Amino acid sequence: MNFTNFGRYILLLKAAFKRPEKMKIYMKAIFQQMDFIGVGSLGLISIISTFIGAVMTLQIAFQLVSDFIPKTIIGSVNRDSSILELSPTISAIVLAGKIGSAISSEIGTMRVTEQIDALEIMGINAPGYLILPKIIAGITMVPVLVIISMVLSITGGYLGGTLSGAVSPAEYIQGITTDFNPFTISVALVKAFVFGFIITSVPAYEGFYVKGGALEVAQASTRAVVVSCISILACDYIVTQLML
Amino acid sequence: MIEIKDIHKSFGDNEVLKGISGKFKPGITNLIIGGSGSGKTTLLKCMIGLHHPEQGNVTYDDRDFTQLNTEERIEIRKEIGMLFQGSALFDSMTVEENIMFPLNMFTDQSRSEKLDRVNFCLERVNLEGKNKLFPAELSGGMKKRVGIARAIAMNPKYLFCDEPNSGLDPKTSIVIDELIKEITEEYNTTTVVVTHDMNSVMGIGDYIMFLHEGKKFWEGSNKEIAKTDIQELNDFVFASRFMKAAKDKF
Repeated sequence: MNFTNFGRYILLLKAAFKRPEKMKIYMKAIFQQMDFIGVGSLGLISIISTFIGAVMTLQIAFQLVSDFIPKTIIGSVNRDSSILELSPTISAIVLAGKIGSAISSEIGTMRVTEQIDALEIMGINAPGYLILPKIIAGITMVPVLVIISMVLSITGGYLGGTLSGAVSPAEYIQGITTDFNPFTISVALVKAFVFGFIITSVPAYEGFYVKGGALEVAQASTRAVVVSCISILACDYIVTQLML
Repeated sequence: MIEIKDIHKSFGDNEVLKGISGKFKPGITNLIIGGSGSGKTTLLKCMIGLHHPEQGNVTYDDRDFTQLNTEERIEIRKEIGMLFQGSALFDSMTVEENIMFPLNMFTDQSRSEKLDRVNFCLERVNLEGKNKLFPAELSGGMKKRVGIARAIAMNPKYLFCDEPNSGLDPKTSIVIDELIKEITEEYNTTTVVVTHDMNSVMGIGDYIMFLHEGKKFWEGSNKEIAKTDIQELNDFVFASRFMKAAKDKF
């Protein structure tokens, strides 16, 4: 994203956050987007989180082969990794692919078929109507998905560890309950909030300024996912640096 | 009435509009005609604010649209109905939801009042009972008619149509043309139609502005167009053998 694009992105967000014409219509759109982003992504996030938790437990057990290291450490490493990094970041990258491409192609198609022009001619603030509900849904539902992801990742770790015999149930539970720092949850939720904003606003920007036809809409979708993923990783580093 | 004065618009080094002026009166069908690349759609987009002219003014009943801020422009836009070339219907909404959309956004009417208005608009364009269909289930002509129904839902003072006949068969084109003319006369709307369809020109062109290479080359009515001896206009209007033969009979 060069400076011109960044400037246009900020101006688009400014337009999107103007006072809605009719709150009732916006609320309906927000709930529809919450359903799409939250409920619609629940299955995918659940499967990914469970398996990542399980695999991580096996890998930690494989790498920490020493009589000096208690096996309870497997649970605590899995817990902290899941909460601080894997659940927010992996979920966000997966959601950037699933939701980001959908948002970008939806808005892009509306642009090339003059539906956005039609909104503007009617006197409707098109960025507000199209983008604001998506951003609000993103910043509320992505944290919810990340919380679910954390729970399932730790549960997946338990299942993977105990079924394989890498760690006993008692050791794993002792590990995840020992020295728990609740601040890690706050860090994860801040990350999820930021990622939710990126996942919705960046693809919306890419779609909103599409010019051309089907090929350009597809290119905008690809660009939206790539830019979103890079932005997520950059913000992940910044938030971690600032909060830990 | 809509008045445009000395409109200039460029895209990079390409000057598309080179100082166009004119007046579009209410109650008559105003046509902007010209060949491909003559600047007619750009002029229409400058008039409705989708493009910003570098120079010139667009005045809606003494309100200078080009000098207004965004909020003031929105107030004028609520008085505008627009039929797009590709209809631009919201494809995730049914016909009923499409027409009801501006009513939902800008009125406090009850649902039954809005539904009555939707049904009236659908009846007006001969699409009674098609409320629950989605745009993907409609033919090209039906989409245009739903586009007109949506455009008139808010009782607009100004109606703009961008190539309303493109992609339609001659019979459906005539239906659309007649519908636009009827609505214009019935509601005293200031209607501006961009077209290069000669049937429309001869059928509903009460006032015609001919653009050529970004300039206004000629203006007049459909009755006058056949009598003109301007070469560029004759080359455009009577390009087809059929139109040539028709002109010889005038």
